[in-house]
Amino acid sequence: MTDTLQVDIWRGDTNGGSYSRYAVPAQESQTILDVVTWVQRHAEPGLAYRFACRVGMCGSCAMMVNGAPRWTCRTHVRKASKDGKLTIAPLRNMPVVKDLVCDMAEFFDKWIKAGSVFTPTETRNDPMAAIKPDEPDRMNANAAIECINCGVCYAGCDTVEANPDYLGPAALNRAWTLVNDRRDGAGSERLSTISKAGGCHSCHTHQSCAALCPNLLNPTASIAGLKRKTAKAALGLGTRR
Amino acid sequence: MVLGRGAEMLDLRLYLLQRLSAMVMAPLVLGHIGMMIYAAQGGLTASEILARTQGNQWWALFYGVFVLAAAIHATIGLRVVLHEYLKPPPRLLNSVALALFVCLVALGARAIMAVVL
Ligand code: SF4
Ligand code: SF4
Ligand code: FES
Repeated sequence: MTDTLQVDIWRGDTNGGSYSRYAVPAQESQTILDVVTWVQRHAEPGLAYRFACRVGMCGSCAMMVNGAPRWTCRTHVRKASKDGKLTIAPLRNMPVVKDLVCDMAEFFDKWIKAGSVFTPTETRNDPMAAIKPDEPDRMNANAAIECINCGVCYAGCDTVEANPDYLGPAALNRAWTLVNDRRDGAGSERLSTISKAGGCHSCHTHQSCAALCPNLLNPTASIAGLKRKTAKAALGLGTRR
Repeated sequence: MVLGRGAEMLDLRLYLLQRLSAMVMAPLVLGHIGMMIYAAQGGLTASEILARTQGNQWWALFYGVFVLAAAIHATIGLRVVLHEYLKPPPRLLNSVALALFVCLVALGARAIMAVVL
């Protein structure tokens, strides 16, 4: 292991910017977020970046690391770089606010657009819905439910880059969890929303999202599920509601 | 509920049509390749091939369906490529796609007529 890391960090704002180079002492079990924090504390107090939990829960720390989007608090330097050289930039496919901070507004707006809001069919006065853990729908939802909204998949998706209307893997993955939730009452509207331009049929099944998701989710599979559901609904086959 | 009605559902309908045209093409591609191998291995001359295809409505039907399915399939794919790389306004995109479709059908029809008429 080298003693010093050579770290290029993107610095700039909405008007553009460039990389600045920093020499950062290498440490055992050092994460990318540790590196960025070291730079801010010791070399560049004005460096803007975002994090909160530091344990892979909140989804706020994602950045491009040597070209790939990663959750930086749980990405070890050792894993991202073999030669002690790091290039750290704000997430792709989102506008930059400052330095490593990007504007995630559109990312989250697309969640809403994809019908990600749960629409209850009952009230708190009704008895709890009994959903067994091994029901097929529940198992479908289970596989997709642990999303931390980090935006890694969205930054890694070439379709998002090529087609700005595309809702993206995370929002559609969320829609898939709700399509499988039988307590939700907005099924048909949701299927119709995600069938419009920029919806699930825009996905090219690259699987970059699945390869990059730090929580090992598979948005590609969720989107494939949505394609099946919408196709069946269009052909008038087997719709649940 | 039947999804897919209305102009804004174009993407869904094209998605279905592209799958459908692929399903139609799969056996036709195999048939076409099989026939090419047979013709090449058997050493058939152009006139021998034409003698079999001319006036044969089954070959006309086989390649007619093939051309139509291929034109549909290719146009939908090219429309996506154009959309993602050049981002033209939707109406221009759809007009260009339609023109491509017409060209592909015309080219295919010309080829079919040349061998069956
Ligand atoms: S599989 Fe779909 S959502 Fe995932 S990276 Fe590819 S196009 Fe994007
Ligand atoms: S699906 Fe995975 S990569 Fe995408 S936002 Fe959720 S946790 Fe992050
Ligand atoms: S800081 Fe919360 S996920 Fe990285």
